[in-house]
Parts: sequence; C-alpha cells; structure tokens
Amino acid sequence: MKKSIVTIMVFILSITLLTACGEKKSEKGVVTDGSTSMEKIIGALGEVFQKDTDIGFSYNPTGSSAGIKAVQEGRCDIGLASRELKTEEKDSGLEGTVLAYDGIAIIVNKDNPIGDLSLDDIAKIYKGEITNWDQVGGESSPIVLIGREAGSGTRDGFESITGTEEQCAYRQELSSTGDVITTVSQNKGAIGYASLASIKDNVKPIKVAGVEPTEENIKNGSYLVQRPLLLVTNSQKPLSDSAQKFFDFAISAKAREVITATGMVPAN
Amino acid sequence: MKKTDLIEKIIHAIFFVIGFLTVMCVLLITGYLIVSGIPAIKEIGIVNFLFGNQWKPTANNPTYGILPFILTSVYGISGAILLGAPIGFMTALYLSKFASRKVKSIMQFAISLLAGIPSVVYGLIGMLVLIPGIKSSFRLSDGASLLAAIIVLSIIILPSMVKMSIDALDQVPKEYEHASLALGATAYETYFKISVPAARSGLVAALVLGVGRAIGEAMAVMMVAGNVANMPTSIFQSVRFLTTAIASEMAYSSGLQRQALFSIALVLFLFIMMINAIFNYFLKKDKD
Repeated sequence: MKKSIVTIMVFILSITLLTACGEKKSEKGVVTDGSTSMEKIIGALGEVFQKDTDIGFSYNPTGSSAGIKAVQEGRCDIGLASRELKTEEKDSGLEGTVLAYDGIAIIVNKDNPIGDLSLDDIAKIYKGEITNWDQVGGESSPIVLIGREAGSGTRDGFESITGTEEQCAYRQELSSTGDVITTVSQNKGAIGYASLASIKDNVKPIKVAGVEPTEENIKNGSYLVQRPLLLVTNSQKPLSDSAQKFFDFAISAKAREVITATGMVPAN
Repeated sequence: MKKTDLIEKIIHAIFFVIGFLTVMCVLLITGYLIVSGIPAIKEIGIVNFLFGNQWKPTANNPTYGILPFILTSVYGISGAILLGAPIGFMTALYLSKFASRKVKSIMQFAISLLAGIPSVVYGLIGMLVLIPGIKSSFRLSDGASLLAAIIVLSIIILPSMVKMSIDALDQVPKEYEHASLALGATAYETYFKISVPAARSGLVAALVLGVGRAIGEAMAVMMVAGNVANMPTSIFQSVRFLTTAIASEMAYSSGLQRQALFSIALVLFLFIMMINAIFNYFLKKDKD
C-alpha cells in the first residue's frame, strides 16, 4: 500500500518535472531563425545591431522552410528565407520583405576549359538533354551533375530561375554548399551551383550568357541566376519593439554597407 | 528502525525516477514517431508509400514512394556485411586464437580507435579518396555510388563486430580445444571446426550488431552515396538510404514532405526493432 503511494507520488513528481521545461519566451532580444545561406549577412547585421542598441540578438541556422515554420509557430520574431514564399505560406498570413539578393554561381572544375554558358544550355545540361561537355564546346567527357537536396533554398532558387523544377537528372544530391564545392573541385567533369558568397578559389564560377557573376552584375540585374533573401514576418502578430527596431535597421540605408560587405546585394 | 525505512524508501524512489526517465525517453520517442509518422502514411496510402518507386516530394504532383530507399538500405547493408563480416571474423579468430598477447593488445587498441572515429571523418575520407578512386578504377563519370557506401559501411561496422566476435571466441572453454588438439587435430582444424561452431551464437549476435550499426548510419553514407532517389539497379549508381533520406531533407522540409520523413523514420525504427529482436534472440540462445 505504502509502496504504491510512493510510486504514484514519484510519478506525479516526474511529470511536473517534465512540464516545467515547456514555455520559454525571449524577453526582449531579437530571435531570428532560418536560411543557412543567410548566415553571413544576418551574422553581420546582428553584430552591428547589437553594438548599436544593446539589444540581444540570436540567429538559428535551420534552413528557409524551418525558419518560415518557426515564424508561423511564433518560435522566433523574424524568419529568414532564401527563396520566395510559397502561396500556402503567404495564405497563412506571412509576409516576406526582400533584404538583399544572392547570386547563385554556376561552378565547374578548375581544369574544365568551359567558361561561359547560356541559361538555356545550363537548363539543358541539368535536364540531361546535354550530357557531354563537347556538346557545348568543351572536351569530350560526360557531364556530372551535382546539386542540392529537395527543399534546399539554393536548389529551389537555381531550379526556378533555370526553369528545371523536378527535371534535373542529378548524379549527386548533397546537403551542403561546402560538399558541392568539394565534389566539383574533385571531379573534372562536374558542374554544380552554390551561393556566390561561399565560392572559394578551388572551383571556377562560369559566366552565364556572357555575364560574370559579380556583385555589380547581380545589382544591375544582368547576371541572371540570382535569388531574393527575405525577412519573414507574421502579419497577424505585430513585432516586438526590439524586433521592429532590427527590422527597420536591416532595411535602412545604414545596413547597406554591412550587407555589401558580406558579398550580397542590398535591395533597399 | 523507522528512519532507515524512510531512507530506504527515498532511495528506492530516486532510483525509480531515474529508471523511469530512461523508459520515458524510449516511450516518448516511440510515441512521437508513431503519432507523427502515421498521418503521412494514411494520406499517401501504405502501398503507395512502401512500394512506390518514385520520391519527388517537391514536385507539383508530389510522389512519396520509399521503395528505392528500402531496397538501397537492404542492398547496402547486405553488401557491407558480405564484405565486412569475413574480414571481421577472420580478424577476430586471429586475435583470439593465433595472435600473441602483445599483438593482440596492440591490435585491440587500434580497433578501439577505429570505433572512436566519428562517422563524418569516414565520410570525408570517402569523399576525398574513395570516390575519386572508384571513379578512376572503374572508368565512371563519378564515383559516388552504392559501392562507395558499401565500402564505407563495411569499415564502420568492423570494430563492433570484431570486438564482439573476440569476446565470443574467448569464451569457448579451453577444454574443447585442448581435447581436439590432444586427439591430433591441427590448430587450424581445431579453431575452425571446434571453436567457431562453439561460439556460433555469439558470432551471429556480432553479425546482427553489425547490421544494427550499419542500418542507423547516416552521415558517412550521405557523403559518399550520391543521394539521388534512384532505384538501386547497379552498384555504381547514385542512391539514397533510409537514414540519408531523412537527414538530407529534414532541415528544409515542410508540410506533407516533413510528415513523410517522419514516416520514413517510423519504418527505419521498425527495421531497427526487428534487428534488435533478432539480436536478443541470439543472445538468449547463447545463454541457454
């Protein structure tokens, strides 16, 4: 009898112990969550913002969809997405504000003589209609298509810009920009895509339709493979004072320099 | 008397809570997987889900068939066992029966070290050495393939299999071997025909442990298998395992895609439960 009472008490105790770690809200700091491609830009903005205002700032690199979901569920103040919002997301009351543009560089191995492709050729290559480099003026070797996993903002950006959604005949689908760059640098026949800001000199970014992937060309719109970086907010729920301050700062003229310094192209 | 009674009770309660927490974790995870895995299976239909051969979660007409992942996991793990098990058992037999004490301790240290290497390191080395190696030796356009995953997995499962096999072989009563040797059998005959059969259930348990280790591996496989949701029709093909299907898409998924990933996790969980049940069966048989 006594034993069962103790057991029950312990049970109740352990349950209360578990529920205690539920609710937890940021008191005044700004919580952002989302696209891993926005790590540099948000990190830089957050640093300056923190220094200027003394308001706490945190960034959780989870991915565009995860960030959008976090705003929806109220787990963060501002979500970060490196793609346009889907209609279902807009319908649920979310708003996207373009913070900057990110150029997606098309990269090939350094030993590949190809230096320029049209957007159409790139689409054909990724759809598997062009399978050998000699069809676009290179050496005779099969083209190895390297891409990102379904749901990645970079893949979504690349496929929507080139019009190859769900038609890409990938040889490898890797789950990070770094893996794509490493793989392309290891295989002479490989072609891949990655954000311009993360390109290192072990791979060669090619021109698209004769235009080099530079900040200037992305800014003036002549480089075609680019995508927006969004600040996602919930229109049904007003931002906290500190989050509003950050939002205003991020789209202000003052943030321009910070954004430019990270290799992205400011929208405002 | 009363005081010690109370202390006893308190200690009992503390241990109960700690034990209960562990069980709670298992129950919570199981419950969570079932609750979040069932809706997608219901929506997609269990036959379409398990036997569909197309996985296109982000298409306009999304399809969620995980047969390619299931087959890849089964083939990949069978391949890893086929490649890793003979090496593992021979290593264990050598270390348990033939090696000198010094060699044994050095080798066992090396094997423990192998077990301690994080899988991401296996993946990275696979990516930088194995993939280009497969590419050039088989004259392929790219080396990321089922074969690369099998090789990496077979190395990953070696340490646990070797360790467990050594334990099993060490436990064979010396009298058996001495009797065999005394009857004029050679050392090789004795170890292969007496020791190995005597340690049989322990060796099978080691095999099952290896399968369990291989089936749960995600990181290393993700870096070398290519990760395209192809049906595995050749070992040179880019393929995706059950684990990597979850790991590679989870971060960016939403809606039904995310739910379907939980359903994959549920399928994987059932697989692992099955493996564990077999494992326990052999362990029990070993004791009897």
